[in-house]
Amino acid sequence: MPEHTATPAPRVLPDRFERTSPTSFMLWLIVLGFFAWSVNKTGVSFSDLWGGIPQMTRLVGEMLPPSTARLEAVGWALLETFQMAFVGTVVGVLLSVPIAVLATPHLSPHPLVYHAARNLIAFFRTVPDLVWALLFVVSVGLGPFAGTLAIVIDKIGFCGRFFAEAMEEVDRGPQEALSAMGASRLSLIMCAVFPAAMPSFINTSLFSLEKATRSSVVLGLVGAGGIGIELKVAMDLFNYDEAATIILAIFALVVLVERLSALLRKKVM
Amino acid sequence: MSRWPEPAARMLHAPTPVTSFVGSSPVMGPGTSATGSPVADLVVSALGKSFEPGTPVLSNVHFQVATGQRVALIGANGAGKSTLLRCCMHLIRPDAGEVRLFGTPLGGLDAQALRRLRAQVGFVFQKHNLVPRLSALSNVLHGALPRAPLARAWLQSLAPAALREEAMLCLERVGLTHIALRRADKLSGGQSQRVAVARALMQRPRLIVADEPAASLDPVAGDEVMSLFSGLVKDEGLTMVFTSHDLVHAVKYADRVIALQRGEIVLDALSHEIDVAELRALYA
Repeated sequence: MPEHTATPAPRVLPDRFERTSPTSFMLWLIVLGFFAWSVNKTGVSFSDLWGGIPQMTRLVGEMLPPSTARLEAVGWALLETFQMAFVGTVVGVLLSVPIAVLATPHLSPHPLVYHAARNLIAFFRTVPDLVWALLFVVSVGLGPFAGTLAIVIDKIGFCGRFFAEAMEEVDRGPQEALSAMGASRLSLIMCAVFPAAMPSFINTSLFSLEKATRSSVVLGLVGAGGIGIELKVAMDLFNYDEAATIILAIFALVVLVERLSALLRKKVM
Repeated sequence: MSRWPEPAARMLHAPTPVTSFVGSSPVMGPGTSATGSPVADLVVSALGKSFEPGTPVLSNVHFQVATGQRVALIGANGAGKSTLLRCCMHLIRPDAGEVRLFGTPLGGLDAQALRRLRAQVGFVFQKHNLVPRLSALSNVLHGALPRAPLARAWLQSLAPAALREEAMLCLERVGLTHIALRRADKLSGGQSQRVAVARALMQRPRLIVADEPAASLDPVAGDEVMSLFSGLVKDEGLTMVFTSHDLVHAVKYADRVIALQRGEIVLDALSHEIDVAELRALYA
């Protein structure tokens, strides 16, 4: 048999998984241990869950059929909830546009201004809207105005970030063209940046309205107006059938806003 | 006497500019003032630029462009053509040398003075650089931004009648009045470039600078755009500097051709004295 043909290396199947390093192994162990400890500390108990099923069944039984006694009051509260979300979103979006411009690296007039705007947006975003509502309830009193202000601040944090990212990502070509013809920075922003970023602005704003509608329900729980306070009172007074009506009304409102938002988004895009 | 006396292959690799039109009447052509002294819209002296230390994109570039002259800049990819055009407008700041636009050195100008000078230059880009979601008419209207308040030149729907009429006239000159309200991102490549030309005309420029205006177009559309450019520049008595990879375009539509190689000028000659076949050596 000729010797000149090289013997092919035996075919070895590669390992299915890479060998874990001792550091990775330790990290996995730490994460797993922390999870187990957290389960213990949060009192997760399947027996309690199992034991709670009869209670839940009784609660659902008491909720059905939903009460129609205070339908008109619930309707007005629902409208107020949406109005809070709507006003808060519109004002928040309008305020976040100039802040977002300052937070866009190539549009900001100075690096210090850029960092200040970025940090302001990050601060507004990281503090939850419920905390803003608590602060505004203390400063402007109970009622929907406090909730609206909380939504405005929350929207600046949310839209500010996404608007800045959208403006950062738009094609720089038209901006260079306007710059080459001697247009001012403001002209460049208004004529080249805003039109190009507009679909993203609209998309983010509609998503903000959906988000604000959901959060305005919760804001009522701390006295910041809207239907949340109605839900809290109904639950506190054990009027579960009325609570069911409120929950269904909230569900209908959120679904309606989401559908309308999706419709508008499709039309704009 | 020919301005290109040696074989092209040797000349293309000459370390210094082979010829210069300065003070040479045949090249001056229309760029001669009433007193007989040369008038230069653009003067570039000892220009240098590098983006990384030790690798210059442009080095010691000298040339002048007389009023009314059409100049083509040619050279292989990376030769420094686009950087040179951007340096001429100070869209990119040069590291060395000087650019004089209409007699004014750009170096020491503040932002507002620089904008005033740029307003007199219509810059047309390879990718057209129109604002995609706005109509062709609004894009053309933007050409008036340097001289009109923002609110008047922002959108065609908000513009005063006089500006709208002027913008329509510019569209008419490029043969596109029928698509005035069509969105820029719905236009063909050729139409987009024509709208970009109309936008430049709306500036009422003295100088047109075009960076490979036909590069993203098919040959027919490219020819149409270049012929349109050339005609408009001739009719209006404008000055034009354009870059091109199409050597036929360069010779056909320019009075003068400047060739760049590795950031240096290796040829500067009148187009009627140039043999296209020999120019191809630049791309070897």
